[in-house]
Amino acid sequence: MLPFNEIFDRIKAACTHSDAVADEGSNPKSARIHAQDLLDVMHEMHSDPSLYFDMLSCVTGIDNGVGKDMEVAYNLYSIPFGHHLMIKVNVDRTDPRIESLNHLWRSANWLEREIFAMYGIVFHNHPDLRRILMPADWEGHPLRKDYQQQSYYRDIKVEY
Amino acid sequence: MGLLDQRFEHGGIIVTRLDDVLNWSRLSSLFPMTFGIACCAIEFMSTGTTVYDMDRLGILPRASPRQADVMIIAGTVTFKMADRIRRLYEQMAEPRYVISMGSCSNCGGPYWKHGYHVVKGVDRIIPVDVYVPGCPPRPEALIGGFLKLQEQIRAETLVAPKAIEKLLTQSVPYATV
Repeated sequence: MLPFNEIFDRIKAACTHSDAVADEGSNPKSARIHAQDLLDVMHEMHSDPSLYFDMLSCVTGIDNGVGKDMEVAYNLYSIPFGHHLMIKVNVDRTDPRIESLNHLWRSANWLEREIFAMYGIVFHNHPDLRRILMPADWEGHPLRKDYQQQSYYRDIKVEY
Repeated sequence: MGLLDQRFEHGGIIVTRLDDVLNWSRLSSLFPMTFGIACCAIEFMSTGTTVYDMDRLGILPRASPRQADVMIIAGTVTFKMADRIRRLYEQMAEPRYVISMGSCSNCGGPYWKHGYHVVKGVDRIIPVDVYVPGCPPRPEALIGGFLKLQEQIRAETLVAPKAIEKLLTQSVPYATV
């Protein structure tokens, strides 16, 4: 099991756009990276034989509110080594876009679709980016802080 | 009508009203659809167990809406589910009845305020005959709902001119503009 600072060194080495920021207070310990470094870092995490993060356990969207950024958090786990890692990426709230990780971990497919449905974050190169939970003709993204529910859905009143 | 076996001594003939015999046969064999959408469905299942034994009231779940008389909305109705519920209701043959079981299907339940995805009452989609309160209602409460429905069916009539009666008693006629 690798200590976090060694994992973090490899994350730093893979970053080209801006420096990674470590947060050892989070659980699991996390690194915040630039969105444009995401593919390089994640490819390194997936393919390096001493890291071997073969499982993407969870992808989470976070909305920090109007005027602030949105975030995407990736929880990685290595089944043979048993180490955990969280990678966080900030995305612009007005035009949220990020690369899909579906080609590295298949579990990203549905997790990213859920984030798309709930936050409206668009994942580039996702093979099938449709809403996963709500009906296809739903308006808006409910977990955004400024979400306003529609007044009618197919002639059914939404409000109590 | 009581126990029929006490009444066959006079040549096996009973004199009764058509309404009574139809209502009696309907309310004695209420077949609900096997259909549950949330935790209330667990209570619905318990109602069928030996402890509560809803079979003794002639209530047997059927696996198809085309064979069912009553639909129990047992759980949270989401907007995604709403179309399916409406379609299932339309597939049932008349006379058909709906029991709304539990707070969620009565009025949205705990999702009434922040549940953007929940229909605040299944009566916004289909007509409801009996509301069973509770979260979830105990099997006794569901059986109580069935007994209430039986009471309603007992008062039904085929021949009474209910529609004309309604028109005659209507004080303000509907606008026709």
